[in-house]
Amino acid sequence: MLDRITGTKRTVEANGHLPVDANHITEPAQLASRVSAWEAVQAARNIQRPHTLDIVGRVFDRFHELHGDRGFRDDPAIVGGIADLDGRPVVIVGEQKGASTEENIARNFGMPHPEGYRKAMRLYRLAEKFHLPLITFIDTPGAYPGPEGEERGQAEAIAQSILLMARLQTPIVVVILGEGGSGGALALGVGDVVLAMQNAIYSVISPEGCAAILWRSPAEAERAAKAMRVSGPDLLELGVVDALIPEPAGGAHTDHAATAAAIRTALAAQLAKLERVPAADLMSARYERFRAFGALDEAGAAPPPPPPDSWWRRMMKRPSS
Amino acid sequence: MPFGRKPNEFPSHLWTQCPSCSEMLFNKQLARNLNVCTKCDHHFRLGARERIELLVDKASFHEHDAALTSGDPLGFTDSKPYPERIAAAQTKSGEKDAIITGEATIGDNPVILAVMDFEFMGGSMGTVVGEKITRAAERALAERRALVIVSASGGARMQEGTLALMQMAKILGALARLDQARLPYVSVITDPTTGGVLASYASLGDIIVAEPGALIRFSGERVTSGTVGEKLPTGFGKAEFLLERGFLDQIVPRPQLRERIGFFLTAFRAASQDLRWSL
Repeated sequence: MLDRITGTKRTVEANGHLPVDANHITEPAQLASRVSAWEAVQAARNIQRPHTLDIVGRVFDRFHELHGDRGFRDDPAIVGGIADLDGRPVVIVGEQKGASTEENIARNFGMPHPEGYRKAMRLYRLAEKFHLPLITFIDTPGAYPGPEGEERGQAEAIAQSILLMARLQTPIVVVILGEGGSGGALALGVGDVVLAMQNAIYSVISPEGCAAILWRSPAEAERAAKAMRVSGPDLLELGVVDALIPEPAGGAHTDHAATAAAIRTALAAQLAKLERVPAADLMSARYERFRAFGALDEAGAAPPPPPPDSWWRRMMKRPSS
Repeated sequence: MPFGRKPNEFPSHLWTQCPSCSEMLFNKQLARNLNVCTKCDHHFRLGARERIELLVDKASFHEHDAALTSGDPLGFTDSKPYPERIAAAQTKSGEKDAIITGEATIGDNPVILAVMDFEFMGGSMGTVVGEKITRAAERALAERRALVIVSASGGARMQEGTLALMQMAKILGALARLDQARLPYVSVITDPTTGGVLASYASLGDIIVAEPGALIRFSGERVTSGTVGEKLPTGFGKAEFLLERGFLDQIVPRPQLRERIGFFLTAFRAASQDLRWSL
């Protein structure tokens, strides 16, 4: 059934753009055990799990936060700034949850308002302007669905963010740290490479929201999570993420330092690769990456022609510097 | 309620009661009036085929990609397996999925038109909707035509999971190319447009117009009350509210849509020698 998903499923060989030395998991078979979708949901939401600033503080040598959307206010549910990775400056944008109830109230449980996405867009443009790679960290139950968000154009802010990432002329690496909730996550999720933590989830709607609509009861969230295939290995099979970053044996919450070290290895390897790709190739590869998502039957019509040699294949043929 | 009848958004019998002014409307007359109440101008929902007919120059529409149907990438089952839901929706509506695309002219302007149909699984956006809009945008780019998308959707189709979510990025990638090529894109928002459709292409036109009274909102009521526990006031998130907040260019009554879209497209083409849009 899965081979009907045209172009989204890549073989180990075709994953040549993922450096082998980065300890990525590119096949579900590489995992010792496969957690259930609901276990993944709970792990991804664990309050002790390292959140964006925990990771940023450990992965990068220096980090200076930049505040505000220049229009309305500074949204604490999205953080961003400039950081150093092995002497290489990068722009960081991430969704920020709290590690306690008080902090979560201050951070709005990681649910950004429109001004949060507008701050993110300001930083995306900054990255493009100064040719800095952009690294985004996704960790949100979703964009804030309340009336203030509606009033200030939540949908418009998310749409503009996705559009801007799709055309941003600088390398983008996306890391799904915990919860990837719908459009509120995708607003930080259009990248050249999309990585996810082993126990992260990514879904089109929260399992509770799906259950409320299809089963008319939020209590059916467990079934909804399973049906929507939100766990890391599922996302790998669907091609939505390119690779998983391994977590410590007990999960990311048991060892923040080891988790950060794994992320650092992955990011350093990705940036080294992406930096050598010309901007035009980067743009067309990013377009192709998202263009390929589909599960279609077209009776009597010829399938669309396969895309030309992918950029990472061309890269593989070049001698590495 | 008078006559003991519920307001019906899809009139199927002889008479329909207007949910806004309670007037009883004769169905033939209602259809002749483009599904707009003759007394209070309430805009009933309109099917995609009827919408195309009222929007384009007479007999100028030619459909594209009509054979495209959805697979079942997740093996999704709630109370019914997903393929059965699709089959039921296809039988009920006579369409393959929630969107019809094709080429046409509007006020002699060459366009690629995409019209969503709310009757097909709530107009939800799965990979078929994503693919057809992306192909429409790519065709508009190749043939240098304008793109017009009429939205009516509950959002991304849950039964296709993250692949449905990815359609937002796929479509916007194509719209970004259209924008860079300076080709016009007009977004027409109709009742109701919510969720992932509003949070992607519906909110991004060079011109964004909506029909009067259309519900236009990021999150649905049930999701909001489920995850936030906050109840939204009635009338919140209607087209008039969005116009006031600055997210729409205009609210255009249904009978004026073709002329108005034609006016904008002709204006954008004014500096060009060609029939199409030049660089």
